[in-house]
Amino acid sequence: MEKLGIYIHIPFCIKKCDYCDFVSVKPNEEMIERYINSLINEMKIYSKLIGGYLVDSIFIGGGTPSSIDIKYIYRLFEILNNSFNIASDSEITIEVNPGTIDNKKIKAYKENGINRISLGVQSLNDKILYNIGRIHNKEDIINTIKLIKLNGFDNLNTDLMIGLPGQTLPDVINSLEQIIELKPTHISLYSLIIEEGTKLYELEKNGKLILPSEDEERLMYHDAKEFLEENGYLQYEISNFSQNGFECKHNLKYWTLKPYIGLGLNSHSNIWNYRYWNYSNFTDYNEALNRGSLPISNKEFISTKSRITEFMILGIRLNSGINREEFYKEFGTDIDYFYKDAIQKNKDLGLIYEDGRSIKLTKKGLDFSNIVELDFYI
Amino acid sequence: MHVDKENIRNFSIIAHIDHGKSTLADRLIEKTGMMTQREMQEQVLDKMDLERERGITIKLKAVRLNYKANNGKEYIFNLIDTPGHVDFNYEVSRSLAACEGAILVVDATQGVEAQTLANVYLAIDQDLEIFPVINKVDLPSARPEEVAQEIEDIIGIDASFAPRISAKEGLNIDQVLEGIVERIPAPTGDENKPLKALIFDSYYDPYKGVTCYIRVFDGKIYPGMKIKMMSTGKEFEVTEVGISTSKQIPMDFLSAGEVGYVAASIKNVKEARVGDTITDALNPTEKPLPGYKKVTPMVYCGVYPAEGEDFNSVRDALEKLQVNDASLVFEPETSQALGFGFRCGFLGLLHMEIIQERLEREFDLNIITTAPSVIYKVHKTDGEIIDIQNPSNLPKPSEIDYIEEPIVSASIMTPSEYVGAIMELCQNKRGVFLNMEYLDEKRVTLKYELPLNEVIYDFFDALKSKTRGYASFDYELKGYNRSELVKLDILINGELVDAFSIIVHEEKAYERGRSIAEKLVDIIPRHQFAIPIQAAIGSKIIARETIRALRKDVLAKCYGGDITRKKKLLEKQKEGKKRMRQIGSVEVPQVAFLSVLKYDEKK
Repeated sequence: MEKLGIYIHIPFCIKKCDYCDFVSVKPNEEMIERYINSLINEMKIYSKLIGGYLVDSIFIGGGTPSSIDIKYIYRLFEILNNSFNIASDSEITIEVNPGTIDNKKIKAYKENGINRISLGVQSLNDKILYNIGRIHNKEDIINTIKLIKLNGFDNLNTDLMIGLPGQTLPDVINSLEQIIELKPTHISLYSLIIEEGTKLYELEKNGKLILPSEDEERLMYHDAKEFLEENGYLQYEISNFSQNGFECKHNLKYWTLKPYIGLGLNSHSNIWNYRYWNYSNFTDYNEALNRGSLPISNKEFISTKSRITEFMILGIRLNSGINREEFYKEFGTDIDYFYKDAIQKNKDLGLIYEDGRSIKLTKKGLDFSNIVELDFYI
Repeated sequence: MHVDKENIRNFSIIAHIDHGKSTLADRLIEKTGMMTQREMQEQVLDKMDLERERGITIKLKAVRLNYKANNGKEYIFNLIDTPGHVDFNYEVSRSLAACEGAILVVDATQGVEAQTLANVYLAIDQDLEIFPVINKVDLPSARPEEVAQEIEDIIGIDASFAPRISAKEGLNIDQVLEGIVERIPAPTGDENKPLKALIFDSYYDPYKGVTCYIRVFDGKIYPGMKIKMMSTGKEFEVTEVGISTSKQIPMDFLSAGEVGYVAASIKNVKEARVGDTITDALNPTEKPLPGYKKVTPMVYCGVYPAEGEDFNSVRDALEKLQVNDASLVFEPETSQALGFGFRCGFLGLLHMEIIQERLEREFDLNIITTAPSVIYKVHKTDGEIIDIQNPSNLPKPSEIDYIEEPIVSASIMTPSEYVGAIMELCQNKRGVFLNMEYLDEKRVTLKYELPLNEVIYDFFDALKSKTRGYASFDYELKGYNRSELVKLDILINGELVDAFSIIVHEEKAYERGRSIAEKLVDIIPRHQFAIPIQAAIGSKIIARETIRALRKDVLAKCYGGDITRKKKLLEKQKEGKKRMRQIGSVEVPQVAFLSVLKYDEKK
């Protein structure tokens, strides 16, 4: 049976973080109620379409999924379980904000079969947390992790960020030291990107944001990577580290071109040779589902050429790299047919190297992955 | 259908930009009933979009109107349109030569302006009768009596009878029509003499070949007739003659006094140059009409196909433009930085800009242009004198005795409060002050001699910026002066980029070099390595800037399953890269070649 990942978007936040450009709003109960009903309708439509798939990962992301009442979680899982074939060893993740969680919620997640928590930590420095508009402090983070552990969750991811306003290299290492004390199985380490339309973007535009220099940010990245590896967290993607065997199954689907569907506002799907995405405003989304149709806003047919580009630009970001045999198996053509020059050029630039039959980013390549990806875009 | 010469009136409208020339032309056309409102586009005489956008007329055209005057007689009006810019001065003078009179439109709120004067003097040179009209009297700030006085004082013609009109509102247009009959003389000439006709415009028509707009002075011209171009001696057989109203109407013949068009299977406008005289090949007139001159380019620049653009498409487009524009010249050249391209010559800066824009818009070409240059006369030590317009062709300093550069006499008309700023600007541009005349207590004309190479750099932009657009500028070539000129080179990452080389005055070299280097630092994206940008004269580096190395080029954006967005970002970057020129290991955006020419407000 072909495997499938399901992403479910919960677009609600008590307060939007200053760096965030994901779709989310501050909700009222009525909005949540209506939205959950739409999600349920969406699942029901899909249940007829993807009966032949075995769902082996579910990821509830946001927004802030932990901000909504547990009664909604119960309802969602009731329908999920009734609508799809869910594998018994599935990875089922929910994103949690330390400022919107309590013991009751964590218990409910466990009861519903959720087996992985992804916690938005970002930093363990209270001042920096304040600088980026998080609603929690360091103490909330530590308490939340303790609660998660107490409830028997053994698979925990913590999201951390580097390059934050006011952050220094010692801050980063300090946060990491404290985090690994709490023994998460997985750590994501994202570089801050100032996106248009965010509060930080406005501040930067007006010259009111003090960010680490590029050199400092790269030092943070490489030192953090080294620190994590020394402590048993192996890098498997540019921004992702895990203990052995705890790579995020769901995210790996994104990077290895495996099929997934996205439910909810602005969610993206990759299935049946298409990438398509849902409406990003509530009215269109709810109305489509009220009519009984999928709330698809737009779609992109993935030609073989496009698939090759995806295979390359996503594959190069993984530590396992791009395997020549796998490329041949996937596309029936030698990788050199498309990429001989690009591979040579980037080898010459010192950005990639060949490890056996796999093409991988060098240490320098991690800093300039965009250059490589651009050459792999055909 | 032919009318007695007595009932023909040939005239132009001359005016400063925005004083209402086109609007008045529209009203005359409308009032004489030649076209319905619907047929008439907003400004019928300006055919080309580009011209309309810029509010100026580049190519001249003629239109024939029928008017029944108050005296009961039927008249034929030939309205000959003139371009309104100094670059096209010669064409203006030829179209005026086709007329007996000119309507002078003066804005009742603005009064007489520099360009008005320049064109009035051209008209007076041609012995035309000037018929002044005061426009925009409907505006609250109109001061028609003062303006009439101004016309009398400054231009020295009687303006007491000048109609006070509003072309926009259609007010008193009948007075203008009657005035044309009364004030503008009927043409003279003898239809029994050998043919003598002036070409005042020509354009290429894909079906008829080159079509010439002509004014017949003596004799007749008719289909089947063998004609001769007097400047080249080339002969053609006339295939069609006619008049243009809202469309072209073929006629049996055109005779002395008339204005119309001629087609004669002419392949290229070069063979039917503006200002030339057409005569009967079998029975030629003795002397051509006076004033013919072959226009010569004043400003040159390199035009290169941008990345992904085909050399041949650029050549085809230039050839097509040249068929219609005898003043455009080009020849192939090669640049190390830009590859194969063309060195093109233009009448002036506006002409250059118009051609560039037409290549991009009408032919949908992606081109790169280099800094404009003028023709320098290089006196070599071996006694040879050579003309140089491409800085790359300048001989070695050891082979140069001295260099001469073109000098223009410039007249700048300005409200008096900007005199100081303009003098400072001209001083800065190595100008030599000649004199200053007060037109009245508010307005001044400054006369300067300026090196043309300073004028083509950023003089217009600087003048506009310093006078908030109030000053007007006019120039003509005066001659050549010996000058201390050097070739300034730009090196990117140690490599000389010939497309950036310019010839500048020694004293300006440091300032220009520094300014170009600074701009390039802003425009060239950072690379994985530091890039030195140097300005050099020969082997001497006079300015240096550095583009810092890029430490990081990562694009996250593949979390949450939205791969489409990442691909779009990459695609956009890929497109951007296409607009880059590879110079050694450095990628230089195409805009870099243009931006070094732009006026810098900071200065």
